[in-house]
Amino acid sequence: MSLNRRDFLKNSAAVAAAGAVGIAVPQEAQAAATQAESKWRWDKAACRFCGVGCGIMLATKEGRIVAVKGDPAAPVNRGLNCIKGYFNAKIMYGADRLKMPLLRMNDKGEFDKKGKFKPVSWERAFDEMEVHIKKALKHAGPEGVGVFASGQYTVMEGYAAQKMMKAGFRSNAIDPNARHCMASAVVGFYQTFGIDEPSGCYDDIELTDTIISWGANMAEMHPILWSRVSDRKLSNPDKVKIVNLSTYTHRTSDIADIEIIFSPNTDLALWNYVAREIVMRDEKEKIIDWDFVKQHMIFAAGPVNIGYGMRREGEKSLTPVNKDGSAGKYSALEMEIIKKEMATKVSEKEGPSLEPYGYKAGDEMKHTAGTLKHWEISFEDYKKSLEPYTLEYTAKVAKGDPNESIEDFKKKLQALADLYIEQNRKVVSFWTMGMNQHTRGTWVNTLAYNVHFLLNKQAKPGNGAFSLTGQPSACGTAREVGTFCHRLPADMMVKNPKHRKITEKGWNVPNGTINPVGNQHIMKIHRDIEDGVIKFAWVNVCNPYQDTASATHWIKAAREMDNFIVTSDGYPGISAKVSDLVLPTAMIYEKWGAYGNAERRTQHWRQQVLPVGDAMSDTWQWIELSKRFTVADLWGESVLRNGKKLPNIIKDAAKMGYTKDTTMYDILFANKRAKSYKLNDKFPQAGYDDTESRGDSRNVIGSDGKPWKGYGFMIHEYLFEEYADFGRGHAHDLAPFEVYHKVRGLKWPVVDGKETQWRFNVKYDPYAAKAAKESGATDFAFYGTLAKKLAQGDLKGIKDKNKKSLKNKAKIYARPYMDPPEMPDKEYDYWLCTGRVLEHWHSGTMTMRVPELFRAVPEALCYMHPKDAKDKGFKQGGLIWVDSRRGKVKARVETRGRNRVPQGLVYVPWFDEKVFINKVCLDATCPMSKQTDFKKCAVKLYKA
Amino acid sequence: MKNLKYLLLRRTTQIGLMFLYFAANAYGWNILAGTFGTSYIFGVIPLADPYTTLQVLATGFVLATDVLLGAAIITMFYFVVGGRAFCSWVCPINMVTDLANWLRRKLDLDKEEVNYRFLKRSARYWIMVLGIIVSALIGVAAFEVVSPITIMQRGIVFGFGMGGAVVLAIFLFDLFGVKNGWCGHLCPLGAAYSVIGSKSLIRVKHDHEACTNCMDCKVVCPENQVLHMVNKESISVTDGECTNCGRCVDVCNDNALGFGIRSFGSSVLKTEEKAETK
Amino acid sequence: MADNNHSNGRRNFMATTVQSVGLAALGGMLWSGYTDSVKASPLVLRPPGALKEEDFLTACIKCGLCAEACVNRDTNVDKETGLQRPGTLQMAKGGDSVLIGTPYFIPTEVPCYMCEEIPCVPVCPSGALDMSSLLNEKEELDINKATMGLAVVHKESCIAFWGIQCDACYRACPLMDVAITLEYQKNDRTGKHAFLLPIVQDHACTGCGLCEIACVTEEPAIFVLPNDIAKGKAGDHYVKGWDAKDQERVADAKGQETMTELSKKAADDYLNTEVEY
Repeated sequence: MSLNRRDFLKNSAAVAAAGAVGIAVPQEAQAAATQAESKWRWDKAACRFCGVGCGIMLATKEGRIVAVKGDPAAPVNRGLNCIKGYFNAKIMYGADRLKMPLLRMNDKGEFDKKGKFKPVSWERAFDEMEVHIKKALKHAGPEGVGVFASGQYTVMEGYAAQKMMKAGFRSNAIDPNARHCMASAVVGFYQTFGIDEPSGCYDDIELTDTIISWGANMAEMHPILWSRVSDRKLSNPDKVKIVNLSTYTHRTSDIADIEIIFSPNTDLALWNYVAREIVMRDEKEKIIDWDFVKQHMIFAAGPVNIGYGMRREGEKSLTPVNKDGSAGKYSALEMEIIKKEMATKVSEKEGPSLEPYGYKAGDEMKHTAGTLKHWEISFEDYKKSLEPYTLEYTAKVAKGDPNESIEDFKKKLQALADLYIEQNRKVVSFWTMGMNQHTRGTWVNTLAYNVHFLLNKQAKPGNGAFSLTGQPSACGTAREVGTFCHRLPADMMVKNPKHRKITEKGWNVPNGTINPVGNQHIMKIHRDIEDGVIKFAWVNVCNPYQDTASATHWIKAAREMDNFIVTSDGYPGISAKVSDLVLPTAMIYEKWGAYGNAERRTQHWRQQVLPVGDAMSDTWQWIELSKRFTVADLWGESVLRNGKKLPNIIKDAAKMGYTKDTTMYDILFANKRAKSYKLNDKFPQAGYDDTESRGDSRNVIGSDGKPWKGYGFMIHEYLFEEYADFGRGHAHDLAPFEVYHKVRGLKWPVVDGKETQWRFNVKYDPYAAKAAKESGATDFAFYGTLAKKLAQGDLKGIKDKNKKSLKNKAKIYARPYMDPPEMPDKEYDYWLCTGRVLEHWHSGTMTMRVPELFRAVPEALCYMHPKDAKDKGFKQGGLIWVDSRRGKVKARVETRGRNRVPQGLVYVPWFDEKVFINKVCLDATCPMSKQTDFKKCAVKLYKA
Repeated sequence: MKNLKYLLLRRTTQIGLMFLYFAANAYGWNILAGTFGTSYIFGVIPLADPYTTLQVLATGFVLATDVLLGAAIITMFYFVVGGRAFCSWVCPINMVTDLANWLRRKLDLDKEEVNYRFLKRSARYWIMVLGIIVSALIGVAAFEVVSPITIMQRGIVFGFGMGGAVVLAIFLFDLFGVKNGWCGHLCPLGAAYSVIGSKSLIRVKHDHEACTNCMDCKVVCPENQVLHMVNKESISVTDGECTNCGRCVDVCNDNALGFGIRSFGSSVLKTEEKAETK
Repeated sequence: MADNNHSNGRRNFMATTVQSVGLAALGGMLWSGYTDSVKASPLVLRPPGALKEEDFLTACIKCGLCAEACVNRDTNVDKETGLQRPGTLQMAKGGDSVLIGTPYFIPTEVPCYMCEEIPCVPVCPSGALDMSSLLNEKEELDINKATMGLAVVHKESCIAFWGIQCDACYRACPLMDVAITLEYQKNDRTGKHAFLLPIVQDHACTGCGLCEIACVTEEPAIFVLPNDIAKGKAGDHYVKGWDAKDQERVADAKGQETMTELSKKAADDYLNTEVEY
């Protein structure tokens, strides 16, 4: 039987379509498709971009990926993609892929910080890393070695990196770029639920009647979900309502029934306004589900004077304080803002909202460093905290568009509250960076749950507050594996001795191995480098020198101080440029991997092709590095900054059979369990490369100067299974490795082979069912275990230190509106908001190398209001300086197009290294989550 | 040493003007912007090519006043300085055809101009008229479609593309084909300027007394029919086809040729004034 | 010429004249033919405010002032070097398949950025670029009035019609939501992912080409065509009953006699022609 091209296409399409809806494909058509594609090998994978987690299929031919298609069987996207996903097949083949390790060297071939990059062998690269890590450990102990980790790590990479850092180097200075992306969401989850990650899933979109987007541009950042939202709207245009809340108009307003443009940071007031409406109207209208609230909720409050996550006085780089107002490495201008970390004056705007907390406008508020501390309060106290948020006050502080009438704005706020309150109306609230990148990000996250809890519209099909993630494995790797400085796998914490013990046992390392101090979050790593504490830093799967605010400081520290910065990457970006050693790294489909998306869906893929050049995966790099360090090198006693000691565990190690010379490789990666995962010719290994386990035909000269032949066991399965064991039985259950290669991902907890759609809901979540049995509830159990014993108090503080248990309950928090530390003033008279565009992924290292995407959006523009542009004498397309107290960039003015900002605000995306907007941004963070607020700072604009 | 005064002056003017045109596009200078079709001095004074203007008018399109004003200014200017001064002092093709001519002399190709039956020097007037007729018929300024002059000028200002081939063709035609083929026989723009300049004030004058009849001037002159008076009588070159290039003045070692004003003349040529004014 | 015979001379003169006239006629025909063929470049996009192509070709004096104004507008500088970037308008060169010396642009090379002040138009000395066509109600120059061409979507290669969440053209459109709008359609195959389809609005599209250069398919699936090529024309004998403004479209309607193959013959001819049935 012969098929022409048309028939082939038709048949392939038929097979794909049939797969989507689960119809059996006639045998003949199936055979025809396979025959025509015989030179192509199709295999499933996950998309590289964003937190949605679309399933894709990749075609490989002659060792190269030649095509991609959306996986029709993937429930998330049913065969569709956005334009970034559309280019997955092209992202690995940019002309300037890094193919050899590159070291800054002098003419004699020695490492030289001021030297030029020259190619070196892998062996030499590891020699240098070994030397500099040892130097850094000697200088500052485990706190002197830092890793910029990633929400784009595969699960296995993240696990390998964190294991070597936390068990090997005993350093917690590993923190992912996900810190910049959803740390506030995480702390929000912990504070509210006692366990991380959303209760609902994407199916909520099809089930809800109302989609309310807070500080998210789903249309550009989660396009496939947006198409689902659009479809939901189409299916019942009168009933289904969409509300977009944002500080400027963007594409998510396209099909919104209501668009609310609010002034930056006032989402705090808006959420409280909705809660106030619920609480104040309850007496008359019976809005609150009191049965639910009484059974499952408690009310809580915490301190409000927690600063803004900036540097604090006394830190090394802030000394000495000079007469001109400058301090250490910071200019007088920068200090104008940094000062507020220690004390602020309560503003007129804050006066009413802080009144229940004992402050009034004009008071000085002394700030202490951020704390997660909180205590239980009464409902009456909570109610008191809501009193200030009258429609009058809220509209006054929150109206974001000076050209909108206050009456119109008020009407919209009322309509918003009414939508939430309407009985039997299902509501989903989505948010992303607008609520997370926020100096009160944790607060505003918890405020979202308040509203849903009061209405009993959480953790139910079609109802819930849902935090969308930005990165493909922010959930799967950064959060679940725990590549944060304070975390261990499966929601365990380094601070918790029990958790450390469980982890040490799982890793088969001595008691006391893990460092109990986990505070070197990503900003702290940068600041520690600037303070000269960290002298070795390694960049993995991210671009921290482009993606961090106050960028000039960190780049200066990297280039001008005595330290050694290593970047592993597929392409050269700013981070590689400021490094001392650059390692060519296998990209996504050049290795086995797994990602976890925003709805807890874990998806695996196999290595499709061999890496380009001599590139090797991050997993391999970490494991090879572990070969260079022995028990004696790392497990002696060391003193931490806070004066505490990490004990010498060499003797305990000996009891476990590890000698002084046993390498970390043998202990952490090539141990007995690891070797039990055999290489075989069965599914899923058969027919697929596995560079780490088996070596490959390139015979890359490895870290020992010999051709790389592989570990000899299935390293990926080992890493995954060992990691998964931490969560199994603890409401984080993952299925076996092999299963994930058969299915299109599963939403954990996977219990008895079944995924979980709605957590905490007895009907859907076996863990909730189990917990509810104990608590006597029939509907919900908020079984998270973190911070589930609280002292008692009121809005101003703790009154009774005796802690009460709140097992299986969640929390509703009193949290006020507060100003961000930097707001427009006479000199710096504009808000600057930064963010992304659909066409480019993060810092653009991949997508700016895809010609079509580059052509579509070749540069970052400064979006501004046409009237502002006119008043300033700027022309559309003209070049201006965007200048803050920290730095300035030149950008082109755009008064039209996708983002329409209100007067007084400008928006500049950050993907373009030539419009290096993070030089301008302020590195203030949520003091609780340590997530940077990239959405707000003050700038002035003038012609370039 | 050979006298190169006028040659150098002409080249400086030609290259200088071309550079100003080029710079208007490349650097945004405002001294002389546009091309021969229409240009502006300092963005204010319009200049327009009269022949082009005429072609456009022939199509029936009513041009804006700027172009008409520009064409009038140019016409007036060349009416005074000698129409074909454009050809030798401004036109960039002149450099190409001069090069061809110079090579012809160096290579000893066909020193004398052959008198082709159907390629007489008068052909350009026919073409000039034909250009207007075709413009009217087709509705497009017809000479502008093929004009190597504007092709070359735009080439200099905006880049050549395939237009370079046209310029090369002119060069080859003049070198291996007809001596003074383009400028002397075909160019309708030159013809138009001949007409404009037929009564111009600035003229080359001949001093018969001083002439030694070396005939260097005739060898070097691209329009040597205009020098019919050489060694015959002391009169001005009155023919509109004279380009006022000054080559003859440069080569004349006897001071028998020089520039002067048509009516009152220069002192050297006093004797002939009467005959001239007749 | 040294002729000794007078009548011979006259005959020669006559012959030469006839031949010259003949040659001129031949030359004129060739010249006309050439000119006519090179002006036939219907696939060209002209600067804003350009007269209809036929008139534009007549009026354009090929001076290049528009192209110079375009490339030298103060917003057209490279961000890093501060040097001039390539301009939108090119002056047709030999081999460009566009009437030589006339300004045009190719969106995939440099699209028209729709400058608010429209620098290219006021400098036109000849009237080929007609400023009055770009004036809005307030008598200000308004680039949104430009009709350089019309963007056309080829649905089969437009990945938005496949269901891909693209709409790069829509976001690139300076008149987003006006000139390109999104049409939302249900996707029956997946059951839950709406199609977001880019639809070009004829009345608002200026033909700037920013969509064409932004299109992410290998060859753009949205491209700008000159209005004459891109547009059809509905008959002026029918007015949309549901659109009060539609009558303006047919303002010049005349009741004209119609003729088809069947009605060619006069009625009596038809009647008087014998036909065997």
